[in-house]
Amino acid sequence: QSIISGTITDKTQMGIPGVSILEKGTTNGTITNFEGNFQLQVTNSESTIIISYLGYVTQELKVGTSKKFNVQLEEDLKALEEVVVIGYGEVEKSDVTGSVSTLGEKEFIQGVTTNPQDLLIGKIAGVNITRNGGAPGSGSTIRIRGGSSLGGATNDPLIVIDGFPVDDGAVAGLSNPLSTLNPNDIESFSVLKDASATAIYGSRASNGVILITTKKANSSQMKVNFDNIVSLSTPTKFVNTLSGDEYRNLITDLHSNGFSGIDERAIRKLGAENTNWQDEIFNNAVSYTTNLSVSGKLKNVPYRVSYGFNDENGILKTTNSNRHTLSLNLNPTFLKDHLSVNINAKGTTANTNFGETAAIDNAIRFDPTQPVYANSDKYRGYFAYTQDVLEDGSIDPNGAPNTFVSNPVAMLDLTDNRAKVNRFVGNAQIDYKFHFLEDLHANLNLGIDRTNTVGHNNVLPGASWTMGNNVAGDEGGTRSNYTTDTESTLLEFFLNYKKSLGKHSIDLIGGYSWQRWLRVGNNYSRNYNENLVYNDNDWANENFLISFYGRMIYSFDKRYVLTATLRNDGSSRFAKGNQWGLFPSLAFAWNLHNESFLANADQLSNLKLRLGYGITGQQGLNVGDPYYPAIPNYRRSIEGAYYQFGDNYYHTLRPSAYDSNLKWEETTTYNIGLDFGFWDDKLSGSLEGYSRTTNDLLNRIPIADGSNFSNYLVTNVGSMEIRGIEFSLTGRVISKKDFTWSVGGNITYNQREITKLNKVNDPNSLGVPTGAIGGQGNLIQIHSVGHAPNSFFVYQQIYDSNGQPIEGLYVNKSGENGEVISNEFNKYRFGNPNPDVLIGINTRLNYKKFDFSMSGRLSLGNYVYNNGLASNSLSSLYYQTANGYFSNIRPEALDIGFINPQYWSDIYVQDASFFRMDNISMGYTFDKLFSNKLSGRASLTVNNAFVITNYEGVDPEVGNGIDGSVYPIPRIYQFGLNLNF
Amino acid sequence: CVNDLNVSPIDPNVSHGDNVYNSVKDYKEGLAKIYASIAITGQQGPGGMPDIEGDEGFYNYLRLYWNLQELSTDEAVISWNDQTIKDFCWHTWSATDVFLGAMHSRIMYTVAIANEYIRATQKSDEPEVKRFEAEARLIRALAYSHGMDLFGPMPFVTEANLPGAFFPERISREDLFSYIESELQEVKGLLGEPRFEYGRADKAVAAMLLAKIYLNAEVYIGEPKYTECLNELQEVFNDGYYIPNQYMNNFVADNHTSPEIIFPMIYDGIKTQSFGGTMYLVLSQIGGSMDAQGMFGVQNAWAGLRTTKALVQKFDLDNDVRALFWTDGQNLEINDINLFTDGYAVTKFRNRKLNGDISDSNHAEQVDTDFPMFRLADAYLMYAEAVLRGGQGGSLNQALDMVNQLRRRANVSTVSSGALDLPFILDERARELFWEGHRRSDLIRFGQFTDGPYNWPWKGKSFEGRSTAAYRNIYPVPAQQLIANPNLKQNPGY
Repeated sequence: QSIISGTITDKTQMGIPGVSILEKGTTNGTITNFEGNFQLQVTNSESTIIISYLGYVTQELKVGTSKKFNVQLEEDLKALEEVVVIGYGEVEKSDVTGSVSTLGEKEFIQGVTTNPQDLLIGKIAGVNITRNGGAPGSGSTIRIRGGSSLGGATNDPLIVIDGFPVDDGAVAGLSNPLSTLNPNDIESFSVLKDASATAIYGSRASNGVILITTKKANSSQMKVNFDNIVSLSTPTKFVNTLSGDEYRNLITDLHSNGFSGIDERAIRKLGAENTNWQDEIFNNAVSYTTNLSVSGKLKNVPYRVSYGFNDENGILKTTNSNRHTLSLNLNPTFLKDHLSVNINAKGTTANTNFGETAAIDNAIRFDPTQPVYANSDKYRGYFAYTQDVLEDGSIDPNGAPNTFVSNPVAMLDLTDNRAKVNRFVGNAQIDYKFHFLEDLHANLNLGIDRTNTVGHNNVLPGASWTMGNNVAGDEGGTRSNYTTDTESTLLEFFLNYKKSLGKHSIDLIGGYSWQRWLRVGNNYSRNYNENLVYNDNDWANENFLISFYGRMIYSFDKRYVLTATLRNDGSSRFAKGNQWGLFPSLAFAWNLHNESFLANADQLSNLKLRLGYGITGQQGLNVGDPYYPAIPNYRRSIEGAYYQFGDNYYHTLRPSAYDSNLKWEETTTYNIGLDFGFWDDKLSGSLEGYSRTTNDLLNRIPIADGSNFSNYLVTNVGSMEIRGIEFSLTGRVISKKDFTWSVGGNITYNQREITKLNKVNDPNSLGVPTGAIGGQGNLIQIHSVGHAPNSFFVYQQIYDSNGQPIEGLYVNKSGENGEVISNEFNKYRFGNPNPDVLIGINTRLNYKKFDFSMSGRLSLGNYVYNNGLASNSLSSLYYQTANGYFSNIRPEALDIGFINPQYWSDIYVQDASFFRMDNISMGYTFDKLFSNKLSGRASLTVNNAFVITNYEGVDPEVGNGIDGSVYPIPRIYQFGLNLNF
Repeated sequence: CVNDLNVSPIDPNVSHGDNVYNSVKDYKEGLAKIYASIAITGQQGPGGMPDIEGDEGFYNYLRLYWNLQELSTDEAVISWNDQTIKDFCWHTWSATDVFLGAMHSRIMYTVAIANEYIRATQKSDEPEVKRFEAEARLIRALAYSHGMDLFGPMPFVTEANLPGAFFPERISREDLFSYIESELQEVKGLLGEPRFEYGRADKAVAAMLLAKIYLNAEVYIGEPKYTECLNELQEVFNDGYYIPNQYMNNFVADNHTSPEIIFPMIYDGIKTQSFGGTMYLVLSQIGGSMDAQGMFGVQNAWAGLRTTKALVQKFDLDNDVRALFWTDGQNLEINDINLFTDGYAVTKFRNRKLNGDISDSNHAEQVDTDFPMFRLADAYLMYAEAVLRGGQGGSLNQALDMVNQLRRRANVSTVSSGALDLPFILDERARELFWEGHRRSDLIRFGQFTDGPYNWPWKGKSFEGRSTAAYRNIYPVPAQQLIANPNLKQNPGY
């Protein structure tokens, strides 16, 4: 044993206090004192010491015969400046020219167990995340800057996980490409918002890009993290309906008043119960999540392995989703760090029980006077409305079924609707730094993303509602099986050259990318006894994207940065001659704080002006035939669609509509941004403005009848303009050793307007109706020139002197004669589902070992059509003499008092502005538990804590603005325990 | 690798357009689609992979055609609130009506796929394929004749127009009449002999369709063509059809056995399914105290369609077997049009066999019943009408004999030649042919549809019925189409 000592200094020869000196392979170590001096007893002269300090390059020294170690540490420039992940690489923060927002693990929303995108909710200006209901495993809709497409193509952003683009991930049983990723494996998000940042992704970049980096080993020491969460989900609100007694009284009153349709025969069918159907189908649900990760270094291979298990029970009975995820990351280097390999592999098995969500709507409407169970085995013991009555006029439990209305409890209990999805996503990135020319890298990225889905949706015989599409006399029931296999393969290669010479530095990249998607599946549905086949259909499709791309980043003196990118994309979705599109971008950044004239502005730590311009494309069709929309093809008919000649039935051959001239949709974006930081970035933020114009929209529009083989065609028609302002601010209000408090917020303003819609710009054009609502084939929204997409298109209600709406009476907006409600020109556009302003706020407080955080959102100007209420009128409650059943009514519908549905009354379009407290979380961190090695955090979290709104429906946050029978988002209480050792 | 972009469909049910027709059987499958485009709605029954966008149940060709021809008349009312469906009962439809838009699209869809098919058949020399081609031309003429009758002028495309995003020219009603006439005259000789194969459009179908446009020629082109009408009908009469003893033979699950049906739209409870056509008629009829299974052979009731007293009162209710009404629990008066029990219900279309047996398919709601688009009784009454309207080459005695044949079958008293006048013919057509898709055209031909003296409950949105504007004798060009195709012009009055 020998004692060594020394001084650790920086380049100015000043001693550095607090530097860690560790004997390699042991736990023996010390730190330097205030002068930078240390003393350490080591095993022998063969020992190696490791000298490390944050912000400096770590050094390893063999002890040998020396006793004195005076070491000068080199600054680690890379560590000093934050790096930002961008497309195909990363840059120092000062070199970022585009609109890029990053979010690291510390800023994530707490307690997210299922969907990675929920980690981002409300955190980034310009990013709007709406949950698609509260079903277990259900996903969210992500919109970056509102979405630049309309109707014909997707508005989903491109998601790239560890360099692998996982777009186009629509798979039955999977809510979106992210849903198989364990939130616990994510290290950071990088959200690219403007064209100058996204254009390197060319044709998939118009709706923004989200780059996700998963966790890697970050230390050679083995680290184990064990995370457990128990959650309780509980419904927050039910739809108001009448109780059995209220309903009986109402019906009897209406009968005695001679209300049309409610006769003596009807009255006798009323039941004697008080069934609250919503209580019957919803319950509180307990869910569990476990994550275990191990990281470290095995020989020379840094590794991280993680396993996650998430068992989520839904508040709607029978619904469940459980998921196992296994992920592996290896990032070894070879040839003296010249060859580095980064291997990511993620495997997921997800089992989902979808249940029967139609029970939700049925529970709102089903007659509250009837019981859950009947005195009959006919319908498996469940009460069912039948077409027949007993002698006393009451419902005959053994009669023929009424297939219009279904007992919600029976729907849940008799339906078996499950899918199992296996997914593997893996890629290997091999980066070679050329010998003798170390500034040049060659990077090869090979990846594969495979999913296999096997699902079924069976309904047991005896289910009254299945007896329609069946052989007469059969006991009903259906079987449906489906399989889907998808495969996406990626080959990408690029060369990267980086060089700094004096004040100049340059970063060049040039690459090639090939990606193929293949989807194969089968649907097989038939009745339960399998003597009637509805559908037995094999299907398949594929598409390709091939690209060449290049980028140059030039920076001068850390003051001026110029980025230019160019991508040439070829898509198999278009016909020869239209396949290739060229997407350029240019951006400039000026780091004002590095200018001499601001050198004395001591409070200013950062001031940067960014200007960007770019053109991005879109080929991600999601309507019509998304994969072969530009070539002629014929589809052969399947079950139920044969035609008879003589004694034989023939398949039919149908030509599909196509547009051989179909081409890229193009979005041109201008962006201006100002980043600022004061007092050492204690207060920092950015202000951005942008303008985007999309031309040649991939649009599904009504076409001239006779011109093609449909009445609608996906073609390039129309333009849209999007303008917005984003502002975000983060303040570290208190930053003391034991007490920190930060507050962050962001404001998003976004307006979209359609500027052209038809082949002919006809001022008389109303637009293209969209947005299905109650009743058959009814539409409530419209895309029209001069207005936001999906504007509600309704009649303006007229009220009497008491403020009561007058049924069927609307303002004549057209000035034309004739029935107001027979003329679409009397409708007007009233609100749209997109919020005008979105404000996210969050705060975080640490006091000693306690932490507390909160995150919420304010959405202003988003309108919702209350579809459930609109379908609910007096005529919907009364005994439909012919159809033979009663239907419950909402008290609000009674107040409105319409006898027949008035779907297009503007009374149902409501301002659904809201504030939602997404997350409240508090935790206690402990260390040195049991031994020095165990640390951890215990936490309590409430997700979806509360909502403040004037909207009358269950939840004001409705993605498409049409509030039907959505699976309500529960409030979730969580207890979490995280252990590290 | 760049060549990977030139893809071709890999779906087992999809073929590239350059590689579809390789055999006569392929051509027959292509032909089947032209027919099926009128009967059903897409490539999967009863719904799925629809031909046109929109509600697949509503936008069935035959269902739309039936609604436009019947709901606007004294023969039918509907209780539902499907979009603007009641505007037809009330004569308040407008250019933005979705049903009118869908009908227009449906007609031109059949025309467009017939054009595509005709282009393909021109590449074959097979005699059988040539006959297929003639049939496609006939169906195209049928679709255009519906367009001419409902909308007047139409967009005009033939096999010379390749598919794309272009604006078809507009053709006047007169020119369209000439085109349909010349097409039918030309293909008549190329078609098969009557009933050479059930369901196929043959010579008799062409003659019948020609007779129809000639009978209405005064409406379409302002020129009488009753003599031409009689000539065509004479051909039909020579083709071996006859009037079976039982009227119901034409409306039951096994109505393919009826020797009277000249042209059916074929349905099958398992193989050819739809939410339109006869399925719509059978199920919409049923409601109230009617026995779905016992009487109609289905297990479901849609409770939508009834009739007005104006039709009911034309019948000798005690004797006429054609008075297929359900009165139990139904009011004759329609106080509340939404209420199924207001207005007599109709029991004409059934999914039970003539002898009362259940249908072969025995599906709970899909029916085997074919829709009789043309049948001999219609031809008889057309004959009588054309004679009475002064057509040359017919005889009043033959007309009287034909009318009385129908009346005898119906179990009602025969008429004398003195009673056989035009008003009688209009009423007799209602009695014999109600709910078969003829009524609107008949009322227009007799000047009774809009501003004539004849009214019925809820016409003009009034309980007793009142006159409506004459411009409603043709439907408006759908507003959506006026925008999509600048070559079109709105019909006067709208």
